[in-house]
Amino acid sequence: MFSNLRSLWIVFLHLFRKRETVEYPEEKTELPARWRGRIVLTRDPDYEERCVGCYLCAAACPVDCISLQATEDENGRRYPEFFRINFSRCIFCGYCEEACPTYAIQLIPDFEMAEYDRQNLVYEKEDLLIEGQGKYHGYNFYKEAGVDFGVKKKGEGENENKPVDVRKLMP
Amino acid sequence: MNEGVLHTLVAFGILVVLLTIAAGLIWLERRLLALWQDRYGPNRVGPFGLFQVMADMIKIFFKEDWIPGFADKKVFVIAPAMLVITILMSFAIVPFTPEIMVVDLNIGILFFLAMSSLGAYSVVLGGWSSNNKYSLLGAIRGAAQMISYEVFMGMSLMGVVIMAGSLNMTDIVIAQKKMWFIIPQFIGFVIFFIGGVAEAHRLPFDIVEAESELIAGYHSEYSGLKFGLFFVGEYLGITLISALITTLFFGGWLGFGFLPPVFWFLLKTFAFIMVFILLRAALPRPRYDQLMSLGWKILLPLSLLNLLVTGAIVLYFQ
Repeated sequence: MFSNLRSLWIVFLHLFRKRETVEYPEEKTELPARWRGRIVLTRDPDYEERCVGCYLCAAACPVDCISLQATEDENGRRYPEFFRINFSRCIFCGYCEEACPTYAIQLIPDFEMAEYDRQNLVYEKEDLLIEGQGKYHGYNFYKEAGVDFGVKKKGEGENENKPVDVRKLMP
Repeated sequence: MNEGVLHTLVAFGILVVLLTIAAGLIWLERRLLALWQDRYGPNRVGPFGLFQVMADMIKIFFKEDWIPGFADKKVFVIAPAMLVITILMSFAIVPFTPEIMVVDLNIGILFFLAMSSLGAYSVVLGGWSSNNKYSLLGAIRGAAQMISYEVFMGMSLMGVVIMAGSLNMTDIVIAQKKMWFIIPQFIGFVIFFIGGVAEAHRLPFDIVEAESELIAGYHSEYSGLKFGLFFVGEYLGITLISALITTLFFGGWLGFGFLPPVFWFLLKTFAFIMVFILLRAALPRPRYDQLMSLGWKILLPLSLLNLLVTGAIVLYFQ
């Protein structure tokens, strides 16, 4: 009996507590930097596309919402011909970001992507590709590794030694 | 304007106000529950979310009004109407002020008890006619709960009747001019309050509905307007019990001079409605057998004792 009255009183006191509710459209929460929201394709510091069309993201995707077609430019550098994410299927698991070898595909803290028409949730490459580098700054895959695709000459990459002249390699 | 027309107008006005209050309570309850759970509750539709009720009404009007094929159709339709009718009938004897009341019956309390007994039929018939085992379980519980709580709810009021020397509600209010009956009849008040919560089958005594056990109990099969009637009936029931507590134990319209009597009445009633909602926010539902044993083993002897002592004291001082 007494405990009932006590709980009545305690619940009544909640009238004067601070509300937990965030009144969303007017008042927005700050999302953590690692929040897994909208998926973007980023560019490297030289404003070129980071994506090399390796299909790893599409393979990692558990709901098969990523579809792309790789192609090459005149230097032999690979890039996606089209890159399509169906956000009506996407579950925002972030596996594509984990799979990506070049930091091209990234999930950013933004969830406000509701649409009235389901078809509008299919994002094409021009919708996905952003102007900046996303969460990972200063990284350029072609500077780190790979052969000459018009980005750097052989042996000029970061952390890369000059090529060895095998004919002078004497014991 | 002659007497008859005025009286009809007053009765009609009371009806409109009651239904508005009952509908508004849906909003009030949601807001208050939210506040007690550190939320805001519905605050989007209109100022403070007041039009939420209207939105709900529109929604419920457009819902499919479906009668299950296996139900007993006539009884199924009558049951929700019965609940609302009996409760509205009970309001006839509530004196809001000396002027604003539907009928000044000299058997006022008896009439209320009769009507609330009839209200039990609505629950029982609703559950029975749904032809659904959960509804039937709810109805069985409802029958047991409402009939047994009826007994000592009536008993607890007899103390008030002895002190006022009348069953008439107006006389009872006037008898409280010196002292509200809450003080001499505190036990009676507690028992009546508990019985009232059980009678309105409100939480924590919503054994009849018990969402977690019986889906929605006796009204599982109801939808659309018929469900709406049960819903409004529940809030009317809360209002009725609060109004009666106000009248019988808290001096009805009596108050201090600076406010009109009807305002005092509404103030007290709303305070009790809020207590009802607070009960819902704070207390868990007892088990069915706990409810019954509380009723028969504690409340009934207490109410008899209260009756005995009150009677003895009144006789002694005569």
